[in-house]
Amino acid sequence: MKNHVLRPLIVVGVIVASMLVARAIVVPSDFGVHERGYMYGWHRLSNEQEWKAVQVRYKTSAGCPRCHPDKAADLANSPHNIISCENCHGPALEHPKDPAGYFIDRSRTLCIRCHAKLPYGNTPRGRIRGIDPDKHYVQAECVMCHIPHNPKPTNQKQEVKS
Amino acid sequence: MISRREFCHKAVIAVGGIMIPLTALELFDPRRLAAEKGGSGTTRWAFLVDAHKCVGCGFCVKSCKIENQTPYDSNVSRTWVERYVVTKDGNTYIDSPKACRDGFTTTKIDQNHQGMKDIRTEDVAKAFFVPKLCNQCDNPPCVQVCPVGATYQTEDGVVLVDRSWCIGCGYCVMGCPYGVRFFHPEHHVAEKCNFCYHRITKGMKTACVDACPFGARRIGNLRDKDDPVTKVIMTERVNVLKEEYGTKPQVFYLGLSMEVK
Repeated sequence: MKNHVLRPLIVVGVIVASMLVARAIVVPSDFGVHERGYMYGWHRLSNEQEWKAVQVRYKTSAGCPRCHPDKAADLANSPHNIISCENCHGPALEHPKDPAGYFIDRSRTLCIRCHAKLPYGNTPRGRIRGIDPDKHYVQAECVMCHIPHNPKPTNQKQEVKS
Repeated sequence: MISRREFCHKAVIAVGGIMIPLTALELFDPRRLAAEKGGSGTTRWAFLVDAHKCVGCGFCVKSCKIENQTPYDSNVSRTWVERYVVTKDGNTYIDSPKACRDGFTTTKIDQNHQGMKDIRTEDVAKAFFVPKLCNQCDNPPCVQVCPVGATYQTEDGVVLVDRSWCIGCGYCVMGCPYGVRFFHPEHHVAEKCNFCYHRITKGMKTACVDACPFGARRIGNLRDKDDPVTKVIMTERVNVLKEEYGTKPQVFYLGLSMEVK
C-alpha cells in the first residue's frame, strides 16, 4: 500500500486503540445495562451496594423500653406515645455504646411544631391543643411546666423535684 | 455502461439494505425483554401519603435531613411539606419555609419577595398540608436525560444517583417535573430522595415514615398482594401528582386536593 494511505491509517488505528485502552481503564467492569433495560438501567452495579451500606442513624423506638421501662410506662397512656423517641432525643446512632453522644431537644421550637395553634379546623392540626408561641410564656422552656412523656391535664404542672 | 434492469436491481438492494435498522441485527435476548416489560423481581417499592393525617409538624423533614446527611441549615431537602391555605375569595397560598424542617408554627405564609402574608382566621376556607418526596416514577424523566449513566433505576424501582459518576450537569434537576432533585451542597452532585435505600433494603422503613407520629406516610411493596399499603393503593381512591406527564409516579396520595401542584 502507498505510504500516504498507510500513515493516516496507522494514526487512526493508534487513536482508536488508545481510546479503547482508556475506556477499559476508566469505565468500571460492572458498568452496563442492568435490570431496568437500556432506558433506565444503564449504571455501575456496585453503586447499589454503596447506597445499601449507608449508615442507619435512626434506629426506631423498638429497643428503647428494654433499658428505659419507666419512660415507656409514662408514655403508655399518654397522647405522646405516637411520637418516636428519636424525634425528641435525636437519632440513636450507636447510643447504647455511646451515651455521651446523645442530645435531648428541650427547645420550644420542638414543641411548637405541633402545639403552635393554627386555625385550620378541617385538619387534625386544628384539633391539637395549641398556644400562640409569641404570647404563651415566651421566656420559658415548655418542659419547665409540662412533662413531655405524659402531658395529660392532671400532670400538667410538673412537681418541684427535691 | 449500467443497464436499466441492473440499475433497478441494485437500487432495490441498496434501499432495502439501508432500511434494515441496526437493532434488527442484534441477537434476541428474552431476559432483557422481560426486564424491560415491567420487571420480574419480587419487590417494587411504593409510597402512600395520607394528606388527611398530616399536621405539618415537619418531624419527617428533620429526620430525613439527619438520616441522609443533607446539611441541616441548607435550604435544600430530599423531602418537604407544603402548606396550602385557600381563602374564601378563591386565592391559594402555598409555602414550605425551610422545607418545613421546623414545622409550621405561624399563620403567616411565606410569599418570597412579597414578604409574609398573614391570613385572618375568618378568611380561611380550607387549609391542608401535603408531604412531598421523590415519586420513584416508573418512567423517570430524570434518568432518561442523564448523559453519563450516573442516575438509574434499580430492579425494585428506586431511582439512585451514583455520586462518583455524576458530572453535575443538572439535566436531571431540570428534567424532574416534581422538583425533587437538587445539588448536594457538600458533594456537589445531584441529590434526591431514594426511599432511604439503606433502610428499606434491611427491612426497615424510611426515616420519614418512622418519624411521622400520625401515620401520614407509609411505604410498601406493590408486588406483595398482602402488604397493607398495597391493599390501600389497590382498593381506595388514591391519586398521583401530575399524572398528565406520563411519568407513572409511585407515590400515591389519599386526600389530594385540586389546588395541589
